[in-house]
Amino acid sequence: MANIMIRRSDKGDYVFYLPKRDLEDTIISMEFDTPEKWGGEIKLNNGGAYFIEPQTAPERLPYSVRAKRLDAAE
Amino acid sequence: MSNLTREETEALIAEVLEVYPEKAQKDRAKHLAVNDQSVEQSKKCITSNRKSLPGVMTIRGCAYAGSKGVVWGPIKDMIHISHGPVGCGQYSRAGRRNYYVGVTGVNTFGTMNFTSDFQEKDIVFGGDKKLAKIINEIEALFPLHKGISVQSECPIGLIGDDIEAVSKKGAVELNKPVVPVRCEGFRGVSQSLGHHIANDSIRDWVFGRDGKDVKQEFVPGPYDVSIIGDYNIGGDAWSSRILLEEMGLRVVAQWSGDGTLAEIELTPKVKLNLIHCYRSMNYIARHMEEKYNIPWIEYNFFGPTKIAESLRAIAAHFDDTIKAGAEAVIAKYQPMVDAIVGKYKARLEGKRVMLYVGGLRPRHVIGSYEDLGMEVVGTGYEFGHNDDYDRTIKEMGNATLLYDDVTGFEFEEFVKRVKPDLIGSGIKEKYIFQKMGVPFRQMHSWDYSGPYHGYDGFAIFARDMDMTINNPCWKKMEAPWLKKPEAEELAKAA
Ligand code: SF4
Repeated sequence: MANIMIRRSDKGDYVFYLPKRDLEDTIISMEFDTPEKWGGEIKLNNGGAYFIEPQTAPERLPYSVRAKRLDAAE
Repeated sequence: MSNLTREETEALIAEVLEVYPEKAQKDRAKHLAVNDQSVEQSKKCITSNRKSLPGVMTIRGCAYAGSKGVVWGPIKDMIHISHGPVGCGQYSRAGRRNYYVGVTGVNTFGTMNFTSDFQEKDIVFGGDKKLAKIINEIEALFPLHKGISVQSECPIGLIGDDIEAVSKKGAVELNKPVVPVRCEGFRGVSQSLGHHIANDSIRDWVFGRDGKDVKQEFVPGPYDVSIIGDYNIGGDAWSSRILLEEMGLRVVAQWSGDGTLAEIELTPKVKLNLIHCYRSMNYIARHMEEKYNIPWIEYNFFGPTKIAESLRAIAAHFDDTIKAGAEAVIAKYQPMVDAIVGKYKARLEGKRVMLYVGGLRPRHVIGSYEDLGMEVVGTGYEFGHNDDYDRTIKEMGNATLLYDDVTGFEFEEFVKRVKPDLIGSGIKEKYIFQKMGVPFRQMHSWDYSGPYHGYDGFAIFARDMDMTINNPCWKKMEAPWLKKPEAEELAKAA
Protein backbone atom coordinates (compact mmCIF):
# COMPACT_ATOMS: atom_id res chain seq x y z
CA MET A 1 0.00 0.00 0.00
CA ALA A 2 1.24 3.44 -0.82
CA ASN A 3 -0.05 6.94 -0.52
CA ILE A 4 -0.77 8.44 -3.88
CA MET A 5 -2.18 11.76 -5.00
CA ILE A 6 -4.51 12.16 -7.93
CA ARG A 7 -4.93 15.50 -9.65
CA ARG A 8 -6.18 16.84 -12.92
CA SER A 9 -3.80 18.11 -15.58
CA ASP A 10 -4.44 21.26 -17.62
CA LYS A 11 -5.69 19.00 -20.35
CA GLY A 12 -8.31 17.57 -18.01
CA ASP A 13 -7.12 14.02 -17.54
CA TYR A 14 -6.14 12.39 -14.28
CA VAL A 15 -2.53 12.55 -13.18
CA PHE A 16 -1.05 10.06 -10.77
CA TYR A 17 1.61 11.10 -8.29
CA LEU A 18 3.50 8.86 -5.92
CA PRO A 19 5.29 11.16 -3.44
CA LYS A 20 7.49 8.48 -1.98
CA ARG A 21 9.20 7.87 -5.29
CA ASP A 22 8.50 11.24 -6.92
CA LEU A 23 6.77 9.46 -9.70
CA GLU A 24 4.40 11.47 -11.83
CA ASP A 25 2.41 9.98 -14.69
CA THR A 26 -0.86 10.30 -16.49
CA ILE A 27 -3.62 7.81 -15.80
CA ILE A 28 -4.84 6.24 -19.00
CA SER A 29 -7.75 4.35 -17.53
CA MET A 30 -9.69 4.17 -14.29
CA GLU A 31 -12.08 1.32 -13.71
CA PHE A 32 -14.88 3.33 -12.11
CA ASP A 33 -15.32 7.00 -12.82
CA THR A 34 -18.77 8.07 -11.72
CA PRO A 35 -19.73 10.29 -8.76
CA GLU A 36 -21.06 7.31 -6.77
CA LYS A 37 -18.37 4.82 -7.56
CA TRP A 38 -14.83 5.97 -8.21
CA GLY A 39 -11.50 4.19 -8.24
CA GLY A 40 -10.82 0.53 -8.82
CA GLU A 41 -7.97 -0.47 -11.02
CA ILE A 42 -6.03 2.39 -12.57
CA LYS A 43 -3.58 2.04 -15.41
CA LEU A 44 -0.68 4.40 -15.88
CA ASN A 45 0.93 5.61 -19.02
CA ASN A 46 4.21 4.00 -18.01
CA GLY A 47 2.61 0.58 -17.87
CA GLY A 48 2.12 0.42 -14.11
CA ALA A 49 -1.20 -0.44 -12.49
CA TYR A 50 -2.63 0.40 -9.06
CA PHE A 51 -5.83 -0.39 -7.22
CA ILE A 52 -7.90 2.12 -5.26
CA GLU A 53 -10.72 0.80 -3.07
CA PRO A 54 -13.85 1.89 -5.01
CA GLN A 55 -15.48 4.80 -3.19
CA THR A 56 -17.59 7.88 -3.84
CA ALA A 57 -15.75 10.36 -6.00
CA PRO A 58 -13.75 13.00 -4.08
CA GLU A 59 -15.34 16.43 -3.97
CA ARG A 60 -12.35 18.08 -5.47
CA LEU A 61 -8.94 17.17 -6.71
CA PRO A 62 -6.07 16.80 -5.89
CA TYR A 63 -6.96 13.97 -3.61
CA SER A 64 -4.63 11.74 -1.58
CA VAL A 65 -5.62 8.14 -1.22
CA ARG A 66 -4.12 4.77 -0.33
CA ALA A 67 -3.54 2.52 -3.28
CA LYS A 68 -2.24 -0.97 -3.81
CA ARG A 69 0.35 -1.66 -6.45
CA LEU A 70 -0.75 -4.29 -8.90
CA ASP A 71 1.93 -4.02 -11.49
CA ALA A 72 5.02 -1.85 -11.32
CA ALA A 73 6.36 -0.30 -14.45
CA GLU A 74 10.06 -0.59 -13.89
CA MET B 1 32.20 21.78 -36.44
CA SER B 2 28.91 20.60 -37.79
CA ASN B 3 26.47 18.73 -35.63
CA LEU B 4 26.68 15.01 -35.17
CA THR B 5 24.08 12.80 -36.77
CA ARG B 6 22.07 10.32 -34.75
CA GLU B 7 24.36 7.46 -35.75
CA GLU B 8 27.46 9.43 -34.88
CA THR B 9 26.07 10.36 -31.48
CA GLU B 10 25.14 6.76 -30.78
CA ALA B 11 28.62 5.67 -31.81
CA LEU B 12 30.11 8.31 -29.54
CA ILE B 13 28.15 7.01 -26.55
CA ALA B 14 29.21 3.44 -27.32
CA GLU B 15 32.81 4.51 -27.63
CA VAL B 16 32.79 6.36 -24.33
CA LEU B 17 31.18 3.41 -22.57
CA GLU B 18 33.85 1.03 -23.80
CA VAL B 19 36.34 1.83 -21.06
CA TYR B 20 34.03 0.69 -18.27
CA PRO B 21 33.91 -2.85 -16.93
CA GLU B 22 30.94 -4.77 -18.22
CA LYS B 23 28.63 -4.21 -15.29
CA ALA B 24 29.32 -0.51 -15.08
CA GLN B 25 28.89 -0.25 -18.82
CA LYS B 26 25.42 -1.72 -18.60
CA ASP B 27 24.47 0.63 -15.83
CA ARG B 28 25.83 3.80 -17.39
CA ALA B 29 24.36 2.99 -20.80
CA LYS B 30 20.90 3.56 -19.34
CA HIS B 31 21.81 7.11 -18.35
CA LEU B 32 23.06 8.26 -21.73
CA ALA B 33 20.76 8.86 -24.65
CA VAL B 34 20.37 10.49 -28.00
CA ASN B 35 17.40 12.81 -27.94
CA ASP B 36 14.43 11.84 -30.00
CA GLN B 37 11.59 14.32 -29.95
CA SER B 38 9.07 11.69 -30.95
CA VAL B 39 9.52 9.85 -27.65
CA GLU B 40 6.65 10.71 -25.33
CA GLN B 41 8.09 9.27 -22.15
CA SER B 42 11.65 9.88 -21.18
CA LYS B 43 11.89 6.61 -19.32
CA LYS B 44 11.94 4.81 -22.63
CA CYS B 45 15.28 6.35 -23.46
CA ILE B 46 16.90 7.48 -20.22
CA THR B 47 17.05 6.35 -16.61
CA SER B 48 17.44 8.90 -13.85
CA ASN B 49 17.39 9.35 -10.08
CA ARG B 50 19.45 6.23 -9.44
CA LYS B 51 22.38 5.67 -7.16
CA SER B 52 25.65 6.77 -8.70
CA LEU B 53 28.15 4.08 -9.55
CA PRO B 54 30.90 3.64 -6.97
CA GLY B 55 34.22 4.59 -8.45
CA VAL B 56 33.09 7.19 -10.97
CA MET B 57 33.37 10.91 -10.46
CA THR B 58 29.84 12.10 -9.90
CA ILE B 59 29.00 15.73 -9.54
CA ARG B 60 26.07 15.30 -7.18
CA GLY B 61 25.58 16.65 -3.68
CA CYS B 62 23.93 15.18 -0.60
CA ALA B 63 20.50 15.51 1.00
CA TYR B 64 21.88 17.98 3.52
CA ALA B 65 23.03 20.17 0.63
CA GLY B 66 19.56 20.00 -0.84
CA SER B 67 17.89 21.06 2.37
CA LYS B 68 20.31 23.48 3.99
CA GLY B 69 21.94 24.79 0.85
CA VAL B 70 18.93 25.05 -1.39
CA VAL B 71 15.56 25.17 0.30
CA TRP B 72 16.10 26.37 3.87
CA GLY B 73 19.35 28.30 3.68
CA PRO B 74 18.04 31.35 1.80
CA ILE B 75 15.20 32.00 4.30
CA LYS B 76 16.98 35.00 5.61
CA ASP B 77 15.44 35.80 8.98
CA MET B 78 15.79 32.30 10.34
CA ILE B 79 18.95 30.72 11.67
CA HIS B 80 19.82 27.38 10.15
CA ILE B 81 22.01 25.25 12.37
CA SER B 82 24.24 22.82 10.51
CA HIS B 83 23.91 20.15 13.15
CA GLY B 84 26.93 17.89 13.21
CA PRO B 85 30.61 18.39 12.35
CA VAL B 86 31.70 21.80 11.17
CA GLY B 87 32.79 20.98 7.61
CA CYS B 88 29.50 20.39 5.84
CA GLY B 89 28.30 23.89 6.60
CA GLN B 90 31.56 25.76 6.48
CA TYR B 91 32.69 24.53 3.07
CA SER B 92 29.34 25.30 1.49
CA ARG B 93 28.88 28.58 3.25
CA ALA B 94 27.55 31.48 1.17
CA GLY B 95 28.70 29.76 -2.00
CA ARG B 96 25.34 29.96 -3.63
CA ARG B 97 25.01 33.72 -3.69
CA ASN B 98 21.39 33.95 -2.61
CA TYR B 99 21.14 37.71 -2.37
CA TYR B 100 19.01 39.31 0.31
CA VAL B 101 18.41 42.66 1.93
CA GLY B 102 18.90 43.11 5.65
CA VAL B 103 21.69 43.56 8.17
CA THR B 104 23.59 40.31 8.41
CA GLY B 105 24.03 39.20 11.98
CA VAL B 106 21.23 41.43 13.23
CA ASN B 107 17.99 40.59 11.49
CA THR B 108 19.20 38.42 8.61
CA PHE B 109 21.65 35.53 8.69
CA GLY B 110 22.00 34.26 5.14
CA THR B 111 25.78 34.24 4.75
CA MET B 112 26.60 33.18 8.29
CA ASN B 113 27.42 29.65 9.31
CA PHE B 114 25.90 28.25 12.49
CA THR B 115 27.06 24.81 13.49
CA SER B 116 27.07 22.57 16.53
CA ASP B 117 30.66 21.57 15.63
CA PHE B 118 30.45 17.94 16.76
CA GLN B 119 33.45 16.48 18.53
CA GLU B 120 34.17 12.89 19.46
CA LYS B 121 32.39 13.22 22.77
CA ASP B 122 29.19 14.38 21.05
CA ILE B 123 29.25 11.31 18.87
CA VAL B 124 29.80 9.06 21.88
CA PHE B 125 27.38 10.66 24.32
CA GLY B 126 24.91 12.22 21.86
CA GLY B 127 24.49 15.85 20.93
CA ASP B 128 21.01 16.64 22.18
CA LYS B 129 22.19 18.64 25.19
CA LYS B 130 24.50 20.62 22.98
CA LEU B 131 21.67 21.39 20.58
CA ALA B 132 19.44 22.63 23.40
CA LYS B 133 22.27 24.85 24.58
CA ILE B 134 22.85 26.24 21.09
CA ILE B 135 19.19 27.08 20.69
CA ASN B 136 19.28 29.14 23.86
CA GLU B 137 22.58 30.75 22.92
CA ILE B 138 21.18 31.81 19.57
CA GLU B 139 18.21 33.40 21.27
CA ALA B 140 20.50 35.36 23.56
CA LEU B 141 22.95 36.46 20.89
CA PHE B 142 20.56 37.09 17.99
CA PRO B 143 17.24 38.06 19.54
CA LEU B 144 15.84 39.33 16.23
CA HIS B 145 15.89 35.95 14.52
CA LYS B 146 12.43 34.63 13.66
CA GLY B 147 13.06 30.94 14.09
CA ILE B 148 15.57 28.14 13.87
CA SER B 149 15.93 25.12 11.66
CA VAL B 150 18.07 22.16 12.62
CA GLN B 151 19.72 20.76 9.52
CA SER B 152 20.99 17.26 10.32
CA GLU B 153 24.30 16.14 8.94
CA CYS B 154 25.20 12.47 8.55
CA PRO B 155 26.23 11.64 12.15
CA ILE B 156 22.90 12.75 13.62
CA GLY B 157 21.04 9.94 11.96
CA LEU B 158 23.80 7.47 12.66
CA ILE B 159 23.92 8.03 16.40
CA GLY B 160 20.15 8.36 16.68
CA ASP B 161 19.81 11.76 18.36
CA ASP B 162 16.26 12.86 19.07
CA ILE B 163 16.36 16.31 17.52
CA GLU B 164 12.58 16.41 17.27
CA ALA B 165 12.17 16.36 21.05
CA VAL B 166 14.83 19.03 21.56
CA SER B 167 13.26 21.20 18.86
CA LYS B 168 9.78 20.94 20.29
CA LYS B 169 11.04 21.94 23.70
CA GLY B 170 13.06 24.79 22.21
CA ALA B 171 10.07 26.07 20.26
CA VAL B 172 8.00 26.31 23.42
CA GLU B 173 10.78 28.07 25.33
CA LEU B 174 11.46 30.56 22.55
CA ASN B 175 7.90 30.89 21.32
CA LYS B 176 9.37 30.70 17.82
CA PRO B 177 9.43 27.83 15.37
CA VAL B 178 12.28 25.39 15.77
CA VAL B 179 12.20 22.98 12.87
CA PRO B 180 14.04 19.67 12.96
CA VAL B 181 15.00 18.59 9.45
CA ARG B 182 16.03 14.98 8.94
CA CYS B 183 18.17 15.67 5.91
CA GLU B 184 21.19 13.54 6.78
CA GLY B 185 23.50 13.40 3.80
CA PHE B 186 23.27 9.65 3.35
CA ARG B 187 19.54 9.71 2.59
CA GLY B 188 18.59 9.18 -1.02
CA VAL B 189 20.81 9.23 -4.06
CA SER B 190 21.40 12.97 -4.40
CA GLN B 191 20.40 16.38 -3.11
CA SER B 192 16.99 15.79 -4.61
CA LEU B 193 15.70 13.88 -1.60
CA GLY B 194 16.94 16.73 0.58
CA HIS B 195 14.63 19.11 -1.30
CA HIS B 196 11.74 16.77 -0.68
CA ILE B 197 12.54 16.38 3.03
CA ALA B 198 12.89 20.14 3.38
CA ASN B 199 9.54 20.72 1.67
CA ASP B 200 7.91 18.21 3.97
CA SER B 201 9.39 19.84 7.03
CA ILE B 202 7.97 23.21 5.96
CA ARG B 203 4.61 21.54 5.51
CA ASP B 204 4.69 19.88 8.92
CA TRP B 205 6.45 22.43 11.06
CA VAL B 206 5.81 25.83 9.50
CA PHE B 207 2.37 25.59 7.90
CA GLY B 208 1.29 23.85 11.08
CA ARG B 209 1.82 27.10 12.97
CA ASP B 210 -1.06 28.70 11.10
CA GLY B 211 0.58 32.03 10.52
CA LYS B 212 1.39 32.57 14.19
CA ASP B 213 4.60 34.36 13.30
CA VAL B 214 3.04 36.89 10.95
CA LYS B 215 3.11 40.14 12.85
CA GLN B 216 1.24 42.47 10.52
CA GLU B 217 -2.36 42.04 9.57
CA PHE B 218 -2.68 40.47 6.15
CA VAL B 219 -5.52 41.37 3.82
CA PRO B 220 -5.73 38.88 0.97
CA GLY B 221 -6.15 40.42 -2.48
CA PRO B 222 -7.45 39.02 -5.74
CA TYR B 223 -4.05 39.15 -7.44
CA ASP B 224 -1.88 37.49 -4.82
CA VAL B 225 0.77 35.12 -6.10
CA SER B 226 3.92 33.59 -4.72
CA ILE B 227 7.22 32.90 -6.43
CA ILE B 228 8.23 29.37 -5.59
CA GLY B 229 11.60 27.85 -6.35
CA ASP B 230 13.52 31.02 -7.09
CA TYR B 231 16.61 31.29 -4.92
CA ASN B 232 17.57 34.80 -5.90
CA ILE B 233 20.96 33.78 -7.22
CA GLY B 234 22.63 37.07 -8.04
CA GLY B 235 19.22 38.74 -7.68
CA ASP B 236 17.15 36.46 -9.93
CA ALA B 237 13.98 36.67 -7.87
CA TRP B 238 14.10 40.46 -7.90
CA SER B 239 14.32 40.73 -11.66
CA SER B 240 11.42 38.25 -11.88
CA ARG B 241 9.34 39.91 -9.24
CA ILE B 242 9.29 43.32 -10.90
CA LEU B 243 7.77 41.84 -14.04
CA LEU B 244 4.97 40.21 -12.09
CA GLU B 245 4.33 43.40 -10.19
CA GLU B 246 4.34 45.49 -13.33
CA MET B 247 1.62 43.36 -14.81
CA GLY B 248 -0.52 43.99 -11.75
CA LEU B 249 0.05 40.98 -9.52
CA ARG B 250 1.01 41.18 -5.89
CA VAL B 251 3.91 38.96 -4.93
CA VAL B 252 3.23 37.83 -1.39
CA ALA B 253 6.10 35.43 -0.92
CA GLN B 254 9.47 34.52 -2.35
CA TRP B 255 10.51 30.92 -1.79
CA SER B 256 13.09 31.06 -0.68
CA GLY B 257 15.60 33.57 -2.09
CA ASP B 258 15.36 36.76 -0.03
CA GLY B 259 12.38 35.11 1.67
CA THR B 260 11.22 35.39 5.25
CA LEU B 261 9.38 33.12 7.61
CA ALA B 262 6.29 35.34 7.56
CA GLU B 263 6.14 35.13 3.75
CA ILE B 264 6.20 31.38 3.92
CA GLU B 265 3.43 31.27 6.46
CA LEU B 266 1.32 33.57 4.30
CA THR B 267 1.68 31.52 1.15
CA PRO B 268 -1.41 29.35 1.78
CA LYS B 269 -3.44 32.54 1.29
CA VAL B 270 -2.33 33.31 -2.28
CA LYS B 271 -4.40 32.71 -5.41
CA LEU B 272 -1.76 31.07 -7.55
CA ASN B 273 1.62 29.50 -6.94
CA LEU B 274 4.23 30.19 -9.59
CA ILE B 275 6.90 27.53 -9.76
CA HIS B 276 10.26 28.24 -11.28
CA CYS B 277 12.35 25.37 -10.01
CA TYR B 278 9.97 22.47 -10.33
CA ARG B 279 12.43 19.88 -9.09
CA SER B 280 13.08 21.38 -5.68
CA MET B 281 9.66 22.73 -4.75
CA ASN B 282 6.90 20.94 -6.62
CA TYR B 283 6.22 19.00 -3.42
CA ILE B 284 5.00 21.94 -1.44
CA ALA B 285 2.98 23.22 -4.40
CA ARG B 286 1.23 19.89 -4.68
CA HIS B 287 0.50 19.98 -0.98
CA MET B 288 -0.95 23.49 -1.16
CA GLU B 289 -3.05 22.49 -4.12
CA GLU B 290 -4.64 19.67 -2.19
CA LYS B 291 -4.93 21.28 1.21
CA TYR B 292 -5.63 24.93 0.35
CA ASN B 293 -6.95 24.59 -3.17
CA ILE B 294 -4.25 26.78 -4.70
CA PRO B 295 -3.43 25.92 -8.31
CA TRP B 296 0.16 26.07 -9.47
CA ILE B 297 1.88 26.56 -12.79
CA GLU B 298 5.43 26.20 -13.94
CA TYR B 299 6.97 29.20 -15.62
CA ASN B 300 10.27 30.10 -17.22
CA PHE B 301 11.84 33.54 -17.04
CA PHE B 302 14.96 32.79 -19.09
CA GLY B 303 15.04 34.65 -22.40
CA PRO B 304 12.37 36.88 -23.97
CA THR B 305 10.52 34.12 -25.85
CA LYS B 306 9.93 32.07 -22.74
CA ILE B 307 9.25 35.12 -20.59
CA ALA B 308 6.48 36.29 -22.91
CA GLU B 309 5.05 32.79 -23.04
CA SER B 310 5.12 32.51 -19.27
CA LEU B 311 3.67 35.97 -18.61
CA ARG B 312 0.73 35.11 -20.84
CA ALA B 313 0.24 31.72 -19.23
CA ILE B 314 0.27 33.30 -15.79
CA ALA B 315 -2.14 36.03 -16.89
CA ALA B 316 -4.53 33.41 -18.23
CA HIS B 317 -5.28 32.51 -14.61
CA PHE B 318 -6.53 36.02 -13.89
CA ASP B 319 -8.96 38.59 -15.30
CA ASP B 320 -8.55 41.00 -18.20
CA THR B 321 -6.67 43.70 -16.28
CA ILE B 322 -3.84 41.27 -15.66
CA LYS B 323 -3.97 39.99 -19.22
CA ALA B 324 -3.67 43.55 -20.47
CA GLY B 325 -0.92 44.10 -17.93
CA ALA B 326 1.05 41.16 -19.28
CA GLU B 327 0.80 42.47 -22.83
CA ALA B 328 1.88 45.92 -21.66
CA VAL B 329 4.93 44.46 -19.94
CA ILE B 330 5.90 42.46 -23.00
CA ALA B 331 5.47 45.52 -25.23
CA LYS B 332 7.40 47.74 -22.84
CA TYR B 333 10.47 45.52 -22.86
CA GLN B 334 10.38 44.68 -26.56
CA PRO B 335 12.67 47.56 -27.59
CA MET B 336 15.16 46.50 -24.94
CA VAL B 337 15.06 42.91 -26.19
CA ASP B 338 15.55 44.06 -29.77
CA ALA B 339 18.55 46.09 -28.73
CA ILE B 340 20.13 43.16 -26.88
CA VAL B 341 19.52 40.70 -29.66
CA GLY B 342 20.69 43.25 -32.21
CA LYS B 343 23.92 43.77 -30.34
CA TYR B 344 24.86 40.22 -29.44
CA LYS B 345 23.19 37.91 -31.91
CA ALA B 346 25.72 38.60 -34.64
CA ARG B 347 28.53 37.72 -32.26
CA LEU B 348 26.94 34.58 -30.91
CA GLU B 349 24.92 33.19 -33.79
CA GLY B 350 25.48 29.52 -34.48
CA LYS B 351 27.56 28.87 -31.38
CA ARG B 352 26.97 25.49 -29.81
CA VAL B 353 26.49 24.93 -26.10
CA MET B 354 26.65 21.94 -23.79
CA LEU B 355 24.96 22.14 -20.42
CA TYR B 356 25.14 20.06 -17.30
CA VAL B 357 23.43 21.60 -14.33
CA GLY B 358 20.94 20.93 -11.57
CA GLY B 359 17.25 21.30 -11.08
CA LEU B 360 15.66 23.41 -13.79
CA ARG B 361 18.39 24.97 -15.85
CA PRO B 362 19.24 22.08 -18.16
CA ARG B 363 15.93 22.78 -19.88
CA HIS B 364 14.98 26.30 -18.77
CA VAL B 365 17.97 28.16 -20.17
CA ILE B 366 17.73 26.58 -23.61
CA GLY B 367 15.30 29.33 -24.62
CA SER B 368 17.65 32.16 -23.79
CA TYR B 369 20.45 30.61 -25.82
CA GLU B 370 18.10 30.15 -28.75
CA ASP B 371 16.97 33.75 -28.49
CA LEU B 372 20.60 34.67 -29.15
CA GLY B 373 20.83 32.34 -32.10
CA MET B 374 22.81 29.71 -30.24
CA GLU B 375 22.10 26.04 -30.09
CA VAL B 376 22.18 23.64 -27.16
CA VAL B 377 23.66 20.36 -28.36
CA GLY B 378 23.84 18.44 -25.11
CA THR B 379 22.18 18.68 -21.73
CA GLY B 380 21.80 16.72 -18.55
CA TYR B 381 20.73 16.84 -14.94
CA GLU B 382 22.72 16.07 -11.86
CA PHE B 383 19.69 14.90 -9.96
CA GLY B 384 16.71 15.12 -12.31
CA HIS B 385 13.89 12.62 -12.30
CA ASN B 386 11.89 11.17 -15.15
CA ASP B 387 9.41 14.03 -15.10
CA ASP B 388 12.29 16.44 -15.70
CA TYR B 389 13.45 14.54 -18.75
CA ASP B 390 9.86 14.31 -19.96
CA ARG B 391 9.86 18.08 -19.99
CA THR B 392 13.29 18.29 -21.61
CA ILE B 393 12.89 16.06 -24.64
CA LYS B 394 10.65 18.54 -26.41
CA GLU B 395 12.98 21.46 -25.74
CA MET B 396 16.03 19.80 -27.24
CA GLY B 397 16.81 19.24 -30.89
CA ASN B 398 16.79 15.78 -32.41
CA ALA B 399 19.98 13.73 -32.15
CA THR B 400 21.41 15.91 -29.38
CA LEU B 401 23.01 14.31 -26.37
CA LEU B 402 21.24 13.67 -23.08
CA TYR B 403 23.30 12.56 -20.11
CA ASP B 404 22.04 11.86 -16.62
CA ASP B 405 24.35 12.08 -13.61
CA VAL B 406 27.23 12.28 -16.07
CA THR B 407 30.63 11.19 -14.79
CA GLY B 408 33.71 13.36 -15.06
CA PHE B 409 35.18 11.03 -17.65
CA GLU B 410 32.10 10.86 -19.86
CA PHE B 411 31.64 14.61 -19.83
CA GLU B 412 35.24 15.23 -20.88
CA GLU B 413 35.05 12.69 -23.68
CA PHE B 414 31.78 14.13 -24.95
CA VAL B 415 33.27 17.59 -25.01
CA LYS B 416 36.35 16.41 -26.87
CA ARG B 417 34.19 14.98 -29.62
CA VAL B 418 31.24 17.36 -29.78
CA LYS B 419 33.55 20.38 -29.51
CA PRO B 420 31.02 22.87 -28.20
CA ASP B 421 31.78 26.60 -28.25
CA LEU B 422 30.63 26.95 -24.67
CA ILE B 423 29.99 24.75 -21.66
CA GLY B 424 27.63 25.71 -18.88
CA SER B 425 28.12 23.70 -15.73
CA GLY B 426 29.39 23.98 -12.16
CA ILE B 427 32.55 24.95 -10.34
CA LYS B 428 33.86 21.38 -10.23
CA GLU B 429 33.88 21.24 -14.02
CA LYS B 430 35.00 24.78 -14.66
CA TYR B 431 38.77 24.53 -14.49
CA ILE B 432 39.02 21.21 -16.28
CA PHE B 433 37.33 22.63 -19.33
CA GLN B 434 39.01 25.98 -19.20
CA LYS B 435 42.36 24.19 -19.19
CA MET B 436 41.17 22.20 -22.18
CA GLY B 437 40.64 25.56 -23.86
CA VAL B 438 36.87 25.50 -23.96
CA PRO B 439 34.98 28.65 -22.94
CA PHE B 440 33.04 27.94 -19.78
CA ARG B 441 30.28 29.60 -17.73
CA GLN B 442 29.31 28.46 -14.29
CA MET B 443 25.58 28.03 -14.52
CA HIS B 444 24.86 27.35 -10.86
CA SER B 445 25.95 30.66 -9.43
CA TRP B 446 26.11 32.54 -12.76
CA ASP B 447 29.88 32.77 -12.39
CA TYR B 448 29.61 35.56 -9.82
CA SER B 449 27.36 37.52 -12.18
CA GLY B 450 23.61 37.63 -12.55
CA PRO B 451 20.71 37.98 -12.35
CA TYR B 452 19.79 35.97 -15.43
CA HIS B 453 16.02 35.87 -14.90
CA GLY B 454 13.67 38.35 -16.51
CA TYR B 455 14.39 40.95 -19.17
CA ASP B 456 17.06 42.68 -17.12
CA GLY B 457 18.66 39.33 -16.56
CA PHE B 458 18.64 38.55 -20.25
CA ALA B 459 20.75 41.62 -20.94
CA ILE B 460 23.34 40.42 -18.46
CA PHE B 461 23.13 36.86 -19.74
CA ALA B 462 23.81 37.95 -23.31
CA ARG B 463 26.73 40.14 -22.26
CA ASP B 464 28.27 37.35 -20.17
CA MET B 465 27.99 34.75 -22.91
CA ASP B 466 29.60 37.12 -25.41
CA MET B 467 32.32 38.03 -22.94
CA THR B 468 33.14 34.37 -22.38
CA ILE B 469 32.94 32.98 -25.89
CA ASN B 470 34.60 35.88 -27.66
CA ASN B 471 37.27 36.41 -25.05
CA PRO B 472 40.66 36.86 -26.75
CA CYS B 473 42.29 34.51 -24.25
CA TRP B 474 40.99 31.43 -26.08
CA LYS B 475 43.31 32.27 -28.97
CA LYS B 476 46.29 32.23 -26.67
CA MET B 477 46.05 28.60 -25.67
CA GLU B 478 49.11 27.60 -27.65
CA ALA B 479 52.60 28.54 -26.50
CA PRO B 480 54.05 31.13 -28.88
CA TRP B 481 57.08 29.00 -29.79
CA LEU B 482 54.86 26.10 -30.78
CA LYS B 483 52.79 28.20 -33.11
CA LYS B 484 53.19 27.63 -36.81
CA PRO B 485 54.28 30.89 -38.34
CA GLU B 486 51.40 32.23 -40.31
CA ALA B 487 51.96 33.29 -43.85
CA GLU B 488 50.61 36.71 -43.10
CA GLU B 489 53.03 37.36 -40.28
CA LEU B 490 55.88 36.10 -42.35
CA ALA B 491 54.91 38.48 -45.07
CA LYS B 492 54.87 41.31 -42.57
CA ALA B 493 58.32 40.40 -41.32
CA ALA B 494 59.68 40.28 -44.81
S1 SF4 C 1 27.19 13.66 2.98
FE1 SF4 C 1 26.99 13.94 5.21
S2 SF4 C 1 29.05 14.51 5.90
FE2 SF4 C 1 28.97 14.84 3.66
S3 SF4 C 1 28.39 17.03 3.42
FE3 SF4 C 1 26.49 15.78 3.35
S4 SF4 C 1 25.78 15.81 5.49
FE4 SF4 C 1 27.92 16.41 5.54
